[in-house]
Amino acid sequence: MVKPKVTTATNEILIKNGFVYDPASGINGDVKDIAVQNGKIVEASKLTTGARVIDARGKIVMPGGIDIHTHIAGPKVNTGRMFRPEDKLHDAGMESSSRLIRAGGGFSVPSTFTTAYRYARLGYTMANEAAMPPLLARHTHEEIRDTPIIDQSAYTLLGNNWLVMEYIKRGETEKLDAFVAWMLKATKGFVVKLVNPGGTEAWGWGKNCVSIDDPVPYFDVTPTDIIKGLAGANERLGLPHSIHIHPNNLGHPGNVTTTLKTLALTEGIKTHKKSGRTQNIHLTHAQFHSYGGTSWKDFFSEASKTADYINSHDHVTSDVGFVTLDETTTMTADGPMEYGLHTLGHLKWCNADVELETGSGLVPVLYSPASHVNGIQWAIGIELALLIKDPMKCFMTTDHPNGGPFTRYPTIISWLMSKKARDAKMATLHKWVPERTKLSGIDRELTFYEIAQMTRAGPARSLGISKKKGGLAPGMDADIAIYAFNPKTTDAGQKPEALVKAFERSAYTIKGGEVVIKDGEVVALGNSKSTFWSDADGFDNKEVTHDIVDKFLKYYSVTLNNYPVQDSYILNPTVIKCGPLAGGN
Amino acid sequence: MIETKTETQVKPESLKIVTDVVCPFCGTLCDDIKVVLDGNRIVDTMNACIIGNEKFKSAQAGHRIMTPMEREEGTTEFAPVSYDYAIEKAAQILANAKRPLLYGWSSTSCEAQEVGNELAEVCGGVTDNTASVCHGPSIMAIQTVGAPCCTLGEVKNRADLIIYWGCNPIHAHPRHMSRYSIYPRGFFTERGFDDRTLVVVDPRPTDTAKQADIYVQVEQGRDYEVLDALRTATRGEDIPDVVGGVKKEQIKELAELAKTKKFGLLFFGMGVTQTTGKHRNIDMAISWVADMNKYTKFSLIPMRGHYNVTGAGQVMTWQSGFPFAMDFSRGHARYNPGETAANDMLQRHECDAAMVIASDPGAHFPVSSMKWYAQIPTIVLDPHYTPTTGISNIVIPSSIVGIEEEGTAYRMDNVPIRCRKVIDAPEGLLSDEEVLKRILNRVKEIKGLPAGTHH
Repeated sequence: MVKPKVTTATNEILIKNGFVYDPASGINGDVKDIAVQNGKIVEASKLTTGARVIDARGKIVMPGGIDIHTHIAGPKVNTGRMFRPEDKLHDAGMESSSRLIRAGGGFSVPSTFTTAYRYARLGYTMANEAAMPPLLARHTHEEIRDTPIIDQSAYTLLGNNWLVMEYIKRGETEKLDAFVAWMLKATKGFVVKLVNPGGTEAWGWGKNCVSIDDPVPYFDVTPTDIIKGLAGANERLGLPHSIHIHPNNLGHPGNVTTTLKTLALTEGIKTHKKSGRTQNIHLTHAQFHSYGGTSWKDFFSEASKTADYINSHDHVTSDVGFVTLDETTTMTADGPMEYGLHTLGHLKWCNADVELETGSGLVPVLYSPASHVNGIQWAIGIELALLIKDPMKCFMTTDHPNGGPFTRYPTIISWLMSKKARDAKMATLHKWVPERTKLSGIDRELTFYEIAQMTRAGPARSLGISKKKGGLAPGMDADIAIYAFNPKTTDAGQKPEALVKAFERSAYTIKGGEVVIKDGEVVALGNSKSTFWSDADGFDNKEVTHDIVDKFLKYYSVTLNNYPVQDSYILNPTVIKCGPLAGGN
Repeated sequence: MIETKTETQVKPESLKIVTDVVCPFCGTLCDDIKVVLDGNRIVDTMNACIIGNEKFKSAQAGHRIMTPMEREEGTTEFAPVSYDYAIEKAAQILANAKRPLLYGWSSTSCEAQEVGNELAEVCGGVTDNTASVCHGPSIMAIQTVGAPCCTLGEVKNRADLIIYWGCNPIHAHPRHMSRYSIYPRGFFTERGFDDRTLVVVDPRPTDTAKQADIYVQVEQGRDYEVLDALRTATRGEDIPDVVGGVKKEQIKELAELAKTKKFGLLFFGMGVTQTTGKHRNIDMAISWVADMNKYTKFSLIPMRGHYNVTGAGQVMTWQSGFPFAMDFSRGHARYNPGETAANDMLQRHECDAAMVIASDPGAHFPVSSMKWYAQIPTIVLDPHYTPTTGISNIVIPSSIVGIEEEGTAYRMDNVPIRCRKVIDAPEGLLSDEEVLKRILNRVKEIKGLPAGTHH
């Protein structure tokens, strides 16, 4: 897994004459050559004569896709695989063992190797695990180690952590900063993640925080305090990404109010812009948070309210969390929400609360086209993507596997690029779907440039890694996708099925300068797979050390010395240095 | 205590204490063990229970297998052979078998299990771990009705009602009650023991039952009925006067008591998973616990036995999709306990070779299973002499994870902990992971597959 030190030019590829979509450089479908040398993009003039030539004439060339929010590694993901053997039965594409391929599969929760193959086939080269419980971080990293090809990171769950809440309650911001920095180091985490802040701790007693003003039992703070507290710490630490929030009250009718109040909380917080990002809060799976009504019966879309807010504020980015109307597995650190789902549908329910830190739950969900609720959820996702004007603020996710598996991204792209495709889908849904959403009246069809913003340039900038990822400028990592679709001769709006076909199986996926997928088949695993984590130095604090020691002596069930994830679990790390000692980012 | 020993037995300056050692014995996976070393010799342990202490000491108690061995065909005599020879033989057996069985895994590291799982896949074999004869029924019940669980620290900090059902931690998981459930003082349970109610359900008045505030003596094999009655009573419905030997009043009292508590926890063991009803018992137990969340907070945790049986299930699941009894003979992963578990395979004579890793079916499987095992080419990988090694063809010794090797293990509540290396293994012994890697590479060579693991 160690990157070979290459002194002479090797591993050269010249991708000729493709239609290049590289929004990070403002390139919009121009016919261009892209040159690769030693894992990086270079000027074509730098190549020797021995470069491998890929003829991309009549094909689309984009940077490798980046998934900003997905659940593909760690304890709850594996519980999803374990407790749903039927998920394998529903998978027509179970992988068989072969020279290069490890056996595995699962329709909504694929095994680790299969996950990597499927992302790579879509032209994706990075997928970020959105919820890592600190105590179980070692598990997440073991699974990442067993997921080849693609780059990964994991987001450390901090929104229900006891010490976080204690420092926030006492207004001890310096200690909070030091603790957050330590946690990211201990868990090898990339991002500060909040899931139902305060609510999951309340779930330790079977309770919840459904508004941002509900006090957390015993800890005497509110979600408001936690969100503002961690957003402040995130910016003071100068982390590459902003706080990444799954707000309170997910999935409940009328929750758009909570969502808008949540986003307003960080309006006044100064954004640390050294990593190139513009936001100080990332709203994840916005679809699940844009609901109107007072019950499931009068449930309707409030996508326009969320979209209006995001359109008029620059401190927010979001991802959608599309519902694809499949049978899938829901999994989240929002324990009380999953219990609610269990009581609603009476399907099997797993729960896993984690001492002093967080929790999680899982329930299978059968999104049904016949259900008005599920149909409206489907429409809300698409409304958001079409109503948010700037795709650099609204990214492609299904909150995999919660809204549906990531393998549906090509289908979603067809709904976004083709009114014909979404109208056809709408016609199969409950009659309340057009009545209670604005989707039928929206004519916008996204362009390939905008799709590349939603799936490449946007997530890279929001994550603070746009110097290396999400673009095709010389010096950037050579992560590239080529799709057999000719945008000049084929109208995506009229031929959505051709679009899906092309994007489901990339003609080529290149990862770190190596061809890993050709014609939709895995041809190599590459050796550039890396795990990203954020290392903020300069926040050491003796009192915080003392507090941590105390918590482990009294309340944790493991010793402090056995807690941090050892370096041996991270095979090829990319350490993003941050904090004042690193000069910001 | 240390000082006494240092004065009487060895020179104090040569002693060293290794702290935060993880005990590689049971699913409690205590990680606060201190091991006292004199050079490379384990002198004593602190904090470990009697079983754990014995586990560490047994590493140097002289009954280790020190060299690979081959059993002379048709006899009980073993001849020492080299690692190279044993690994070549093992690879030949596995590569030439149509559907080999790989069984065990629960007393080695996740790192070794990862290699082993690929080995099973490459051989087109069936791989199974000891959950198969232990908490396999719990897994099947979870696949039917889910499972509300939590980590053991949650129990320590919050639980005011502890139920041990069909398990006897005082003897099987000796530090379980003191570390996590009854005795520790937690954040919301400052008075420890005084803040908690202990209920024990068991046909026998065990030593654990003697500690209980409430002891429910269920008739042997009637756990399903009592669980069902408890669930019914919890819902306020009427139940018969006596169920499974337990009086209606006691069942109703237990149901009402549980509702008055803030945080309940059901620990369950093989007394319910491997007795009449099997996964149906656990199905009912889980359903009751899920129901209880309408009234209060309630979770359950299986009392897993081997220190890393939980990890074996995790590794198999994340790599290939299923937690035990996994069949690769068709190229993709299949799972059908009753058909693809180790005993099913052995009893129906469906495996034509077998490899046992880090477990002892010779001592725990039915004789009828082991009779077939004795007739097919077999390999065993184990640090110690066991009933299994005695009837296997190729015996390969290894170092002990958690004592002589580092490696990941999962506690019964799915918390992963990195086991520590405390001493060097006897000279020349290889680790499970290393032996498996060499076998895997050789099998790949024989089958014409590219070398190296696929990640």
